[in-house]
Amino acid sequence: MSESYTSFKVGPYTLRSRLVLGTGKYPTLESMRESLEASGCHAVTVAVRRVEMGQKHAEALLDFIDPKKYILLPNTAGCFNAEDAVRSARLAREALDVEWVKLEVLADKKTLLPDPLGTLQACETLAKDGFAVLCYTSDDPAMARRIEAAGAASVMPAGSPIGSGQGILNPNNIRIILETIKVPVIVDAGVGTASDVNLAMELGAEGVLLNTGVALAKDPVKMARAMGLACEAGFLAARSGRIPKKLYATASSPWEGLIEPAKRPGQVEIPGE
Amino acid sequence: MTLHVNGKPLDLPEGSNVAQLLEKLGTGAKRVAVEVNKELVIKKEWEAKVLREGDQVEVVTFVGGG
Repeated sequence: MSESYTSFKVGPYTLRSRLVLGTGKYPTLESMRESLEASGCHAVTVAVRRVEMGQKHAEALLDFIDPKKYILLPNTAGCFNAEDAVRSARLAREALDVEWVKLEVLADKKTLLPDPLGTLQACETLAKDGFAVLCYTSDDPAMARRIEAAGAASVMPAGSPIGSGQGILNPNNIRIILETIKVPVIVDAGVGTASDVNLAMELGAEGVLLNTGVALAKDPVKMARAMGLACEAGFLAARSGRIPKKLYATASSPWEGLIEPAKRPGQVEIPGE
Repeated sequence: MTLHVNGKPLDLPEGSNVAQLLEKLGTGAKRVAVEVNKELVIKKEWEAKVLREGDQVEVVTFVGGG
């Protein structure tokens, strides 16, 4: 496998990191900027929202994201039907001059689970319209296949509900998705800490997208660094052929050449040794 | 004439175009996108796109999100 951590192809882009970071909910825009830097991410997500009337600094957020260092990935977060998501994606493409979108069509505000029919419909429309669609979905392997067939550039199963910090609830489903899907699989949502990112990558995911786990950590910048390291560590581990798990121990040091052992009183012979 | 811009009424002189609307809004931002009656109006058409009484206009930019 000649894949490199720093050369991650998604749609028309080649990213130098497998971690995609969100830009929402940081205590300050400065801490967001520092977190992006600390994470080593290349793609960052942003949300499409109305300009507030009389707002003089509509670009405040974008002013804190260096276009030389990062590629903006607009999302359709907050859309509850395919039509709104498609409109939001087209507005974002026009404003940012990018060719991709993170598609979210949500079912309800409480679970933030994706609406499967709306998601599929919007994915198909946007893919036909030339978008590289990075498609947020549940961890359902059958839905993942539908999304790929609808033309998605990446399938993005949720580890657990958005912002829940529950980690990867069903690693087996993620495994099945990874076995069947040919486009890059990016685990999106639910990541709470570095080990969650690591697990996703060790399962074989090609990337992880997260936001809340960093933004709401007590020290977002430190957590961002941890997430970046965990992502790369998981990527490398997944491609290094880990040892099988065994019930009994296997000594790392040789048995040969030990000094004459003392007789310990009451020493018990271990059967099967 | 009265338009509905981002869900709120806004008065503009008859014959105003999208570029003039953006000026009036004073966003000062380059990275915005505009829809009139749910149709995307690309930047090149901002000057040419004349607004009419009752038009529903959306002007969007970007905020933090995941």
